Amino acid sequence: MAAPTMDRAGTGGASPTQTLTISKALNSGLRAAMEADPKVVVMGEDIGKLGGVFRITDGLQKDFGEQRVLDTPLAESGIIGTAVGLAIRGYRPVCEIQFDGFIFPGFDQIVSQVAKLHYRTQGRITLPMVIRVPFGGGIGAVEHHSESPESYFAHTAGLKVVSCSNPADAYWMIQQAIACEDPVLFFEPKRRYYEKGEVDTTARPGPLFASRVLRTGTAATLVAYGPMVRTCLDAAAAAAEDGTELEVIDLRTLSPLDLAPVHESVRRTGRLVVVSEAPSESSISSEIAAKVQQECFYSLQAPVLRVTGFDTPYPPSKLEEEFLPDLDRVLHAVDRSLAW
Amino acid sequence: MSSPEQWTRPEPDAGPAATAARPTAEQVIAGLRATDEGGADLVQLLTPEGERVQHPDFDIDVTAEELRGLYRDMVLVRRVDREANALQRKGQLGIWVPLLGQEAAQIGAGRAMRPTDMAFPSYREHGIAWCRGIPPTDLLGIFRGTDHGTWDPLEKRFHPYTIVIGNQVLNAAGYAMGQKFDGAVGDDDGEATICFFGDGATSQGDVHEGFVWGAVYDAPLVFFCQNNQWAISEPTERQSRLPLYQRARGYGFPGIRVDGNDVLATLAVTRWALDECRNGNGPVLIEAFTYRMDAHTTSDDPTRYRLSDELEMWKLKDPIERVKVHLVKQQWADAAYFEGVEAEADVLAAELRDFCVAMPEPPAQRIFSGVYAEASPVLDAQRDEFLDYVSGFAGGEH
Repeated sequence: MAAPTMDRAGTGGASPTQTLTISKALNSGLRAAMEADPKVVVMGEDIGKLGGVFRITDGLQKDFGEQRVLDTPLAESGIIGTAVGLAIRGYRPVCEIQFDGFIFPGFDQIVSQVAKLHYRTQGRITLPMVIRVPFGGGIGAVEHHSESPESYFAHTAGLKVVSCSNPADAYWMIQQAIACEDPVLFFEPKRRYYEKGEVDTTARPGPLFASRVLRTGTAATLVAYGPMVRTCLDAAAAAAEDGTELEVIDLRTLSPLDLAPVHESVRRTGRLVVVSEAPSESSISSEIAAKVQQECFYSLQAPVLRVTGFDTPYPPSKLEEEFLPDLDRVLHAVDRSLAW
Repeated sequence: MSSPEQWTRPEPDAGPAATAARPTAEQVIAGLRATDEGGADLVQLLTPEGERVQHPDFDIDVTAEELRGLYRDMVLVRRVDREANALQRKGQLGIWVPLLGQEAAQIGAGRAMRPTDMAFPSYREHGIAWCRGIPPTDLLGIFRGTDHGTWDPLEKRFHPYTIVIGNQVLNAAGYAMGQKFDGAVGDDDGEATICFFGDGATSQGDVHEGFVWGAVYDAPLVFFCQNNQWAISEPTERQSRLPLYQRARGYGFPGIRVDGNDVLATLAVTRWALDECRNGNGPVLIEAFTYRMDAHTTSDDPTRYRLSDELEMWKLKDPIERVKVHLVKQQWADAAYFEGVEAEADVLAAELRDFCVAMPEPPAQRIFSGVYAEASPVLDAQRDEFLDYVSGFAGGEH
């Protein structure tokens, strides 16, 4: 893959690049945000001494204390609802939801208060808070631990929704989300937590709410976010061996969508395949298909195709390989698009 | 039970926390019925007949001027409430949420607050809004449909009305945690937070979670439950087997039932509770035992679910009448004073009426404003497209 474009201004020629996992990059990003702003507090279940079930907050309570890294009672509405109050008081709370399927007890607070207080007060209250959600499947877990609920939140006005796919983005996007004056749902690809990549901790990052072309190609465009970005890059590498050059775009921001790079790409390739673990009906992939047909109607050589999880509850984990989009299903869709 | 001392946080090695005696069957029943009897634990300082009585744990010294002030507050907010109710009947408001009967609970609690304290209301807290210095006209837009609330919550230290039942209790708990983290708690100059909710809300998970958060973080938070006996059509026994104030024991903080139709008792108990909180001894639950003398909202019809006898019973406990009787008995106010307050209420009502009928329609772009603090290009494009569409009608037959 092409390395993410980084503006190296201000690094003084030095390149303090480290190889980090997404997990460690998130930890470093949280640490940097906490060091930069004493109002940043991290809160969630088991995030203190344990460091979180995925160890994303490992060591933070030891270094920042129990008042900035809060082991909370076990109730998601309580985590979100009290974070709202802390944000009104001037704090910048970062909530950890332990698993995607556990966010729903907090759904009411997210939709009724987090999303609407700024609007209700005509901007007098701002809620600069982040809700981190490890999401998606592929880890062989029991029910409620493998879901992709991002469309609910992208559908809700007042929230911003992003998802990182690699360590460099994980490091920077979490800091940018914390700095954002709006509430941000931050979806982390849990099955990719331990994948490694280069992170330049001094390079000034691009904007948070922007999609990015990760690989250029001419035959068709693949769009994905979170864990499916790796799947698409692997598919593009496999296709290249057969002489088919696929363009891969990492959406990064799910709300607001930044589809200008997608439109530009589809105008060149004429073909689009959208890939997500989330089921297809009334989803982010639906939205992309609708917008692209509107903006690129005369450029399309084939209908927009989608490769997604099925419109079922998440299956028992012995079936998740069949449920989740993989390299073969992506390439099968590409073949269908090319053959249209 | 429920003496303040009894509930003082025990020393770490002092054994189990103090607990109250088990309630008697009589107390339980008294606490559950939609009744005018608050039971033996009810804190009362002014009887319905206007007699000043003593309470061993809660007392208050009020001057004639202070009591006249509380009386005036209650009369004015009642007039605002009745006028707004009438405006709804005339079609000027889409809906109104009456506070009739709850004036003492709200004025007592509202006047117990200091300017530095923070309040999180539900949607019936017009009396608290009054005490926070919010002009009654600022409440109208919510019910006329021109806005979702216009006051500045941080300047007034009065959160927006919260309509989803119980949500604000968690928001208040978080705010109170922030007061503590800021070091603004721990002595007589400390800050405190008070949140308001009803008997129905006590069934919500968010209220339970608010109790848990408040307790485990020692938050400077007064949970102020106005038990007005009815959650729309459901009596309190549909929410609880236990008198609501006794729930506090299970969470490990004091619970006190006060006569919510007694402005003096409510003031005394709330002041004590806020002081406990600002000194670092929070949280505290107050159950203000009162009665919703009107409908849930102007869309409600209480004749379908409750007897008029009950209302007649509660009219004898009117929160304003008892203060008036006491003021007269004490010779703290004369006829001219009462006439003056009535005249002031007339003016306030007229202002409210005039303001309401002259309220402008919100501009179309209001739909799109204040959604995000940092602009969303997607939303901006949608707004521009809509405004462009609207402007296409300019000068036309539309």
